[in-house]
Amino acid sequence: MSDKSEKREGEDASASEATKVDPRLLEILVCPLTKSTLEYDSERQELISRSARLAYPIRDGIPIMLPEEARQVD
Amino acid sequence: MEHGQSAPAIFDRALLRRRLARAASRGAPDFLLARAADDLADRLRGIKRPFPRSLDLCTPAAHFAQIVAASGRPAPLRAGRFQEPSVDLVAEEETLPFAAEAFDLIVSGFALQWVDDLPGALAQARRMLAPDGLFLACFPGGASLIELRAALAQAEDEICGGASPRVSPFVDLRDLGGLLQRAGFALPVTDVDSFTLRYDSMFALCAELRAMGAANVLTQRSRKPLRRAVLLRAAEIYATRFSDADGRVRATMELVWLSGWAPHESQQKPLEPGSAQMRLADALKPKEGSS
Repeated sequence: MSDKSEKREGEDASASEATKVDPRLLEILVCPLTKSTLEYDSERQELISRSARLAYPIRDGIPIMLPEEARQVD
Repeated sequence: MEHGQSAPAIFDRALLRRRLARAASRGAPDFLLARAADDLADRLRGIKRPFPRSLDLCTPAAHFAQIVAASGRPAPLRAGRFQEPSVDLVAEEETLPFAAEAFDLIVSGFALQWVDDLPGALAQARRMLAPDGLFLACFPGGASLIELRAALAQAEDEICGGASPRVSPFVDLRDLGGLLQRAGFALPVTDVDSFTLRYDSMFALCAELRAMGAANVLTQRSRKPLRRAVLLRAAEIYATRFSDADGRVRATMELVWLSGWAPHESQQKPLEPGSAQMRLADALKPKEGSS
């Protein structure tokens, strides 16, 4: 997770390595309220729980898995 | 809201997050964490398992995670209560965002004392452990700061004609073993590390608690700050009732340790009732013909 080496392979250069979420973390994260799987929106940097209709923000590469910080989605 | 929580909100968690974040940014005193981390190192030393996937659950600083890494195991994932560069995600104990059986080891220091629904948090931790996974947590127990609570209550009662809670409630150790068992942990063990801190005055103690981010965060706390007269009287009571010969005051600290395992067939367990190979009465009977 502390691998901050500068490598850009044509993919969106706006999201730097440092702000990417560790893929191993994404594998085990679930919605804190419903415990269902999450969708990763790399564009908006959000983890979306369809069952709870909430989008949890990812700030500086750190998922904020707090319901009160989440955005309501349909 | 979607919050399906039924436990009463005892603690103001948003306030707690702000307090702890501020304390951390100013370099909170960490001697209690360091003491607990030493203890954690001892406890892990006696266990042979590799624990490849571990989680540090809301310990306010990296001490516990460092101890796990120093024991030759992979560094834990760090769940923090607030955002800071050294955590991998932000989460809370009562709404844990992890898949079932995601970890082999969960450690947690100085976090569970601020949970409204401790049985619920323990059950979630248990669910996150793979079979034969270990849960190892430490937090201040019921005898902590009894002197401070007594002095503040007496002073407020004398001056205001009634007392409101100024110090967080703590869990009673006697309840904890049962809670672990109810959460589905095998081989539950609780024990206590009790010790006495000494300060120049009650004010020095309170300043240190505040620096740790451990000031009152009860939702039912009085919004009015303690009147100066009450504080001065409390300090007087504290000094009279709880001081040593040299004039310094005592503060009791009690660190409660919980450990429990996710059940696995390799673990020792009592035999099934009725599975005995011989009757107890026969075992107790004096042997015939042995005279």
